[in-house]
Amino acid sequence: MRGVLVALPMIALLVSGFVGCGKAPPRGGARGGGTRGTGSEITDAALATYVAPGDLDEYYLFYSGGHSGQIFVAGVPSMRHIATIPVFTPYPGTGYGFDDETREMLGEYSWGDSHHPGLSETDGEYDGRWLFINDNANGRLARIDLRDFKTKQILKVPNISANHGSSFLSPNSEYVTMATRMSVPFPQGTYADVTDYGTTYKGIVAGIKIDPDSGEMSLGWEIVVPPFNYDLGDAGKGPSDGYFFWTCYNSEREFIEGGKLEVTASQRDRDYILMVDWRAAQQAVDAGRARTYAGAPVLDPDTVSGLAWYIPLAKSPHGVDVSPDGRWIVGSGKLSPTTTVFDIEKIKQAIQDGDFEETIDGIPVLTYNSVREAEIPVGLGPLHTQFDGKGYAYTSLFVESAVAKWKLPPYEAGADMNQYVVDKIPVAYNIGHLVTAEGDSRSPDGNYLIALNKLSKGRHLSVGPSIPESAQLIDISGDRMNLLYDAFTEPEPHYALMIRADKIDPIEVYRRDDPEWPQNPDATWAVEDTRVERRGRTVEVWMLAVRSFFSPDVIRVNQGDRVIIHVTNIEQTRDELHGLAINDYNINIVIDPGETKTVTFTADKSGVFAFYCTNFCSALHQEMQGYLLVR
Amino acid sequence: MSEKYKRIIAILDRPLTTRSRILVATAALILIPTFFAPLWRMSFMAQQYPEGLDLYIYSHSLVGGDQGNDLVEINVLNHYIGMAELSEEDFSELKWIPLVIGLIGVLTLRAAAIGSLKSILDTMVICIYFAGFSLWSFWYKLNYYGKHLDPRAAVEVAPFTPPVFGYRMVGQFEVWSYPALATYLFVAFGLLLLGGFWFTWHRPGEKMLDPIRTGSGGEQ
Repeated sequence: MRGVLVALPMIALLVSGFVGCGKAPPRGGARGGGTRGTGSEITDAALATYVAPGDLDEYYLFYSGGHSGQIFVAGVPSMRHIATIPVFTPYPGTGYGFDDETREMLGEYSWGDSHHPGLSETDGEYDGRWLFINDNANGRLARIDLRDFKTKQILKVPNISANHGSSFLSPNSEYVTMATRMSVPFPQGTYADVTDYGTTYKGIVAGIKIDPDSGEMSLGWEIVVPPFNYDLGDAGKGPSDGYFFWTCYNSEREFIEGGKLEVTASQRDRDYILMVDWRAAQQAVDAGRARTYAGAPVLDPDTVSGLAWYIPLAKSPHGVDVSPDGRWIVGSGKLSPTTTVFDIEKIKQAIQDGDFEETIDGIPVLTYNSVREAEIPVGLGPLHTQFDGKGYAYTSLFVESAVAKWKLPPYEAGADMNQYVVDKIPVAYNIGHLVTAEGDSRSPDGNYLIALNKLSKGRHLSVGPSIPESAQLIDISGDRMNLLYDAFTEPEPHYALMIRADKIDPIEVYRRDDPEWPQNPDATWAVEDTRVERRGRTVEVWMLAVRSFFSPDVIRVNQGDRVIIHVTNIEQTRDELHGLAINDYNINIVIDPGETKTVTFTADKSGVFAFYCTNFCSALHQEMQGYLLVR
Repeated sequence: MSEKYKRIIAILDRPLTTRSRILVATAALILIPTFFAPLWRMSFMAQQYPEGLDLYIYSHSLVGGDQGNDLVEINVLNHYIGMAELSEEDFSELKWIPLVIGLIGVLTLRAAAIGSLKSILDTMVICIYFAGFSLWSFWYKLNYYGKHLDPRAAVEVAPFTPPVFGYRMVGQFEVWSYPALATYLFVAFGLLLLGGFWFTWHRPGEKMLDPIRTGSGGEQ
């Protein structure tokens, strides 16, 4: 009887019994990813990043600017943004894309998508000579001279569609890579429906030759490969020297209209790393074994063997990264919670033994179990790996918003691999790439790591919906990683490189008599040499700029004349820049000390137009002006 | 039939005292705000969601936090693992639960107005069944969602049951699932009914104050 009564309040028990048991969800800053630890650790972090006024940073950081088409230069450890190097996009701040030379270099494009900076190397060490950067949008590659931090060449390469697997350099800067991320019908310009994706569409990987003296880039070879999406790459060094590696996804080799590539490209459990022997490729081209398509020498693995191999890797990989000693090839399948380590010695052995699982379009697939060293359970969404030179690797975890630190081989046989993941630090938020100091070289410095995060929500003063990206400086000098500093950039760094400041030796003035910087034939250094000459309907002006006037300061033309202005900044004092803006003619160039620039335009509007110096130069900067008279 | 049982049956026919009626009427009133408060709350915490994502289950709707957007966000995230979209249309519970709460309210009011102890007992039994069935139904739905993942999804995860009560790690998310205000109101409702029951059952000063223990017979 009593039991019946006890059962009565069941409704209350059902729920009230639950109240208060279990722990409450954490809220607020508990997992905010802020600096770990005590107040004194925060003070340490502040001191570690403080570069006193007048003092200089230890490292240059070159961020790619993503679809801004630029490169951002910052100092480490202060993380201060110092300069922007315009590459694929006009940049009024330096007059880039307004004068004839840079306008011609940009060609028909007013933007590019700069993704992965690559520093020139000598013996696998950054040598501070050139910086390369790819344009993911328009099949281009650019070179910046680190003597004056200016873009010197933009190379457009045929057949490559969405050049993502770029720009990775061989250890002596023999080659820099390019690769197709989004396959299109081959050769370039061919029309074929996406229903023919698997057969007519092709990927291309390419080696771009670098002139060892001038840095001038030219196309060395292209290899036509199956229409997978070639993603990221790296160059071998030491025992893996001579090889380029690229990850690829969508080995399903299909693009189904309305089928969502995110789904169709995620069906197979394994995709691949493509490995290319670049010396063999060059030899094959030299031996005349390439066929020319769209002007490019193209090798086909179906007819030329010994060029390329596939290494199976956990599905939908992003990064493939070669350890500093060149032995370990680290690949991360972003949909797998592990990062895979391959041994170049085992790879070479498998190639020698013909230990292949299958062959795809003439490219042998190495037997996974023969070449794999280990799978490291780093965490969710591993993307990209960097190294500290002390035997550890650091893998970015996009899904988990963290960086995992793990030990490189050797490992104990049969050991629980979890023990080799030695530390993990949360980042804010959704990290893409990461970079360590001199991380792609043979001898990383092992002190700083920067997490390049895709999201920064709430970590800075709000600036509305167009939220900047975040870069977090992390101290990796000790056993545990420590977050030091949050920095924010404009869209959108994909990768960055950190090079010791003393490796770069920039000039700050183009010296008039410096043989390294030959004079522009149209330079004018004296007022008496400045002049205006008319030839038919062309008016050519040789102008100079100096504090605080232009000579000539009046240019008279007729409406419809073609006007060519060469302007030389004859200053030889550093930081004495002058600008030349012509109002209402959309002309804005900036001339550095000792530099000459040319701008050509048609005087199609009649009237009187002032021109003036845009770059503040002196006490009488406001007086530095003249007139363009268009009759 | 035992004497005790007969006694209880007899007592259950006892009309409610004024005090009990007030408590039972209050219980009925307390059901009104349950329509405006969530029954359950699921929170999803991850590094890149410093404010967390919230999902509130009302008797009649699913409502995401952040002005509803959290539900959209949860569905966007779930699509990677191939979980079907959480949508109100798929929760038929949200159609019948408000109706049942209303019916319970009417029964409770009836008990308050003209009822005996038996009326309260009837209401309670229905409530227990209703609460049990609702919880089971909720668990069954979540289980179904977690166990029927699209095999073509980009991210392969082992089928799982999202937590109905308590904590579970799902991918990078810590998922917390707990009752919310409306459920606590139901607890209060149950306690008020119990109170109403007690104050009619228990008559201080009367001999057969506890018919079970005393075992005494006879009508008062």
